[in-house]
Amino acid sequence: MSNPDTLTNSKTAQGPLVEARGLSHERDGRTVMAIGDWQLQPGAHALLLGPSGSGKTTFINIVTGLLTPSHGAISVAGEVMSALPPVARDGLRRRTIGLVFQTLRLIPALSVTDNLALAQQLALGHVDRAAIAGMIDRVGLSHRAAARPRQLSQGEGQRAAIARALITRPRLVVADEPTSALDDANAARMIDLMFDVADATGATLLVATHDGRIAPRFANRLNLMAPVAA
Amino acid sequence: MIGLSLAYLRDRGLNTALNILLLALSVASLVILLLFSSQLENRFDRDAQGVDMVVGAKGSPLQLILSSVYHVDIPTGNVPLETVDLLRRQLGVAEAIPLALGDSFRSFRIVGTEPAYPALLGASLADGRMFAAKMEAVIGADVAARTGANLGQRFVGGHGMSSGEDGPRHEETPFIVVGRLQPTGTVIDRLILTRVDSVWEVHGIERPDAHHDDESEAEHEAHAGAAEVTAVLVRFGSPIAAVRLPGFINRQTNLQAAVPAVEVSRLLALVGVGLDAVRAFAVLLMLTAGLSIFVALLTALKEREGDMAMLRVIGASRAAIIGQVASEGLILASAGAALGLLLGHGVIGMAAASIEQLRALGLNALAFHPGEALIVAAALGIGLIAALIPALRVLKTDIAETLANAR
Repeated sequence: MSNPDTLTNSKTAQGPLVEARGLSHERDGRTVMAIGDWQLQPGAHALLLGPSGSGKTTFINIVTGLLTPSHGAISVAGEVMSALPPVARDGLRRRTIGLVFQTLRLIPALSVTDNLALAQQLALGHVDRAAIAGMIDRVGLSHRAAARPRQLSQGEGQRAAIARALITRPRLVVADEPTSALDDANAARMIDLMFDVADATGATLLVATHDGRIAPRFANRLNLMAPVAA
Repeated sequence: MIGLSLAYLRDRGLNTALNILLLALSVASLVILLLFSSQLENRFDRDAQGVDMVVGAKGSPLQLILSSVYHVDIPTGNVPLETVDLLRRQLGVAEAIPLALGDSFRSFRIVGTEPAYPALLGASLADGRMFAAKMEAVIGADVAARTGANLGQRFVGGHGMSSGEDGPRHEETPFIVVGRLQPTGTVIDRLILTRVDSVWEVHGIERPDAHHDDESEAEHEAHAGAAEVTAVLVRFGSPIAAVRLPGFINRQTNLQAAVPAVEVSRLLALVGVGLDAVRAFAVLLMLTAGLSIFVALLTALKEREGDMAMLRVIGASRAAIIGQVASEGLILASAGAALGLLLGHGVIGMAAASIEQLRALGLNALAFHPGEALIVAAALGIGLIAALIPALRVLKTDIAETLANAR
């Protein structure tokens, strides 16, 4: 079973950014994720820690509205994501959440700049070239702005993915295993970068990982035990 | 999303180019067939305007029509000059115009006739005047353009209808250009018109009413008896004549009557079988192009399932994803259709420029046919359907599962 730690933060006055109530999920009659009640307050970057199979990805899919939980409910920015119809979920996700994945990062046919422009266009309905150039500069990729994703190194690709997730200025950035494929130095740099950029844009991080190296960097942690018993 | 579609198409450039080329070839084939057959039919109709029946020597009726209406075949023979008057006396005949063929100048046929012939085809003078005296000639617009002949220019015809250069030349009987016709888009643009007795003069035949004092009756008979025309173009004044005359002439006389409308539709039916076969092949080619686009998009989308899921996650609606894939198919089809149109018209233009017979038929690369819009619509429709089937698969995809598999 999971071992949820309820998180608190000084910004509770605004209400929780993410709130789970009695949340669990079953697949083929087996409980694959059980969190129960949990809250993430704005600005309280949180780490979702647990080994493979502990339900981290399932939880992320539920938070982002890609999956409807078997039991309980999840709210994002005050709206009950799990109760919304699909189109409204798309809208809430578009307005509120930025995503960073370990391997699935950018559209390979587009340059780094165009990937960010596409994300802006889809989420905000317009493209701000100055903001894109600024974001690319902030993640240290100005010299690679015109490069295609396949021309980037592992670290560069991950930085570009962070830039893409944050260019729409989402309130919540969900990152799934953002450092697992990186060496120690790069993993540390990546977490520094995520904190810097999130703080600069006012985003709150929810990072799911089994990478224990970055655990000490987060004050707020949600530990999932695995494997979940049938 | 259009920008994304273009980026994906650019990303697999060779595949995109080959699919566009395949579709362009099928569109071009259909456009060439359409332009060729419609312009041919149109030309046949225009050249035969006002000619309800042609009377000439016995033989193939199609050959008679081709030689005397379209000026592309050799005549079936000659008929006595009296035939013209005989026809003019018939009830229901509004007009009977004689044609005397046999010579040419630089492959342009010299036609002995009357001023009523250019009038029948709606030709008017660009400059000069209509031929009046013997050996005066009026030339069509193409003849004027290609030979550069001016008013007052003299030229010598050659015996034969095609080359005009190889056959024996009638040096002692030169023609003089007295008029040039406006372009009409009909066969008359390529003809040299003169009086019938000019043609006789060239061949040493006298008018039947001419009589020399020093000539015996027997000599006069010999000359006058040879006064013939090649064919007579007839315009009916009443529908009864159209029903009665052709049958009467064919049964009761040594002459042959042929109706252009009947012979042309018979010819087009014969040619049409071949055109239909080529058309079927072109349609097959278009379906193949559609299938190729379908396979290309299906394969590309399989590789891009992760991208699609990512696009959905970062805010693209299902409709936007389908629109993006559909636009890829439509962009391919539009490019193929545009290139096909260009190619089709280009081939018609090149064919008309390099093949004499096709130019003679008046093939025009700049003329558009309404049917081309249908061909383009079919190409776009095929492109859209080829794209929509794989796009609809995206609808059924479980994004969470795709993301789980991809990351």
